[in-house]
Amino acid sequence: MGAEPRAAVGNDFTVRAPQALNDPTLRANFRRAMDGLMSKRAAQFADKPAWDSLRARGAAAKARVLAQLPALLERLEDKCRANGITVHWAETIPEANAIVLEILQKAGARTVIKGKSMVSEEMELNHHLAAHGIQAVESDLGEYIIQLAGEAPSHIVMPCIHKNKAEIARLFAERIPGLGYTEDVDALTAAARAELRGRFAAADAGISGVNFAVAETGTLVLVENEGNGRLSTTLPPLHIALMGIEKLVESLEDLPPLLALLPRSATGQHITTYVNMITHPRRAGELDGPEEVHLVLLDSGRSRVYGDDQLRDTLRCIRCGACMNHCPVYSRVGGHTYKFVYPGPIGKILTPQLEGLDCAGDQPHASTLCNACVEVCPVKIPIADILVRLREESVRPGGGDAVKGGGARRSALETLSWRAWMLIYSRPWAGRLAAWGMTRFGNLLPERLPLLKAWTSVRTKPRFAAKSLHELAREQGYCDE
Amino acid sequence: MSDARANILARLRAAPRSPLPDRPDWTPPAFGESRLERFRAMLGSVHGEVVETTLAAWPGLLRTLLAERGVRRVLYGPAADVGAQLGRAWTADGDAPTLVPYDRPIEALKAELVHSVEAGVTSVRWGIAETGSLVLWPDAAEPRLMSLLPPLHVAVMAASVLYDSLAQLVAEQGWAGGMPTNALLISGPSKTADIEQTLAYGVHGPKDLLVLVLADQ
Repeated sequence: MGAEPRAAVGNDFTVRAPQALNDPTLRANFRRAMDGLMSKRAAQFADKPAWDSLRARGAAAKARVLAQLPALLERLEDKCRANGITVHWAETIPEANAIVLEILQKAGARTVIKGKSMVSEEMELNHHLAAHGIQAVESDLGEYIIQLAGEAPSHIVMPCIHKNKAEIARLFAERIPGLGYTEDVDALTAAARAELRGRFAAADAGISGVNFAVAETGTLVLVENEGNGRLSTTLPPLHIALMGIEKLVESLEDLPPLLALLPRSATGQHITTYVNMITHPRRAGELDGPEEVHLVLLDSGRSRVYGDDQLRDTLRCIRCGACMNHCPVYSRVGGHTYKFVYPGPIGKILTPQLEGLDCAGDQPHASTLCNACVEVCPVKIPIADILVRLREESVRPGGGDAVKGGGARRSALETLSWRAWMLIYSRPWAGRLAAWGMTRFGNLLPERLPLLKAWTSVRTKPRFAAKSLHELAREQGYCDE
Repeated sequence: MSDARANILARLRAAPRSPLPDRPDWTPPAFGESRLERFRAMLGSVHGEVVETTLAAWPGLLRTLLAERGVRRVLYGPAADVGAQLGRAWTADGDAPTLVPYDRPIEALKAELVHSVEAGVTSVRWGIAETGSLVLWPDAAEPRLMSLLPPLHVAVMAASVLYDSLAQLVAEQGWAGGMPTNALLISGPSKTADIEQTLAYGVHGPKDLLVLVLADQ
């Protein structure tokens, strides 16, 4: 069950993008969804001064976290421990998977019900558990749908946004016993509810993500609309929460502005149906809630990102998805084209840093730098600046050590071409020679020439004029002065 | 695993420090006299129903409203004020819905709660006008699942506990001084838009949310 492991998926954004662009159903599904999300968000932030001050407050809250990250992580750990929540640290994904497996095995758990968690997608946790005989069932409706289809999420907030009603109706008719084909959304939703109710009741453990962990009080904050997150963290006797080491807030006073930014940016809602704040396991005398709560803090490359004070701002992200909703690239190619867990603009800066420029180095180039993502980001991540920086890092001589796989895209031919370019623009004689050469022989260059091919494969080769502007001007009697 | 902790913290500490910015001014909205109006409008916009009543009248009114909906099995917390009042008002009434007490650990009540009760009645600790939210701090008398498993959640709220915003509530009630096991903001019934951005209610939690506001409290 679940998506095929990432290692089996084709690697290259550049190869996958044209396939997605030629899929009219996919294009229509994304266009409709993105248009809706953009207009709903715009309505929420129509008051520009209010948006500016709220956003400045939210950005400062996350910047304060990054300025004090190691100390806040220790404070969170202390508070959680005092509250009875067990805290685990994982440097790598295999370590995190081993921690979760060990907790589940110790509890004798066989079935797990899951709330939505992007970190668990990063970990490919479901596969890992299945390999050890533990079944993990996704309970967020969108995640449940793609788990039935054996696919990966295509959006970090709305995981099955790439599917339309008819596709989901066919899937449910095939996979849910007793349900015929219906495109009635209420009937489809009711069928999922009925299927999952029993799973919740039978689950030995619940696994969730974390939207904000409050260092001041040791509180785990989860936002959601469906109630599956509350069920996963309340009904089973054991709850395991997974979070990246950056998803903190310093104190409770930082929570209201961030809660005002997250759902409005994500789906254009004032607030999600549920804001679930968990501070303790079940205490003596209480009648429900898990007896045991565990928090797994995952690094997996984040502390390396933190090591560079420009790239660090990537870690402010609160995972609202507004950047992808507004991205002219994402909205046309969809989430699966990015292959990795985080698609769209945030993925284009996060993935190459976590996975390395050697395997995701084409992603920072999949952008026109139009700045739409920067304008809507509720915590002011300078995405475009970081994209440019990553492009530089990907061709840095010797690789550098700022980003894993730095220098991986450096090629001798491209380096030579840029040297020539520099010469042409710094030496007048070289510029004159190049202009004379291009006007006379430029049109003889074959389209398939390396470097030129990258341009001409998707565009008409430009025609060079027979004479340069300078030559034409001189003929008209203008002189250099 | 202790290595992981030490290694992560060491890498973070070795990184260049970034400046600690101040928190810029931000004023959450306030609604003055129109607080209740705002609360009602916002909750209404997310499919919640608000009915004004009084401390003396609500159990009778609820009985009528549930009869209209055909609800026969109601989960309540007999040890809570709201539950106790409901118990007193309905036990003498042979036609009232059956009251199912949440008085044992969930493990002993799972089948009933997951599949059988039709409504759950809880109190509300505070309300938030800005977003039309109910704040619940579930406890032994009114456990967490009461507001989640039954298809209808009935919430009883005194008009006086309404705040303008979450920021105001957190500051004035001193939340930082001590958080309960579980604190909840509830804004409307359970919903999803995962299928083609079409709203559907009651996907996992309640399909309906009925808020009884006690105007005299």
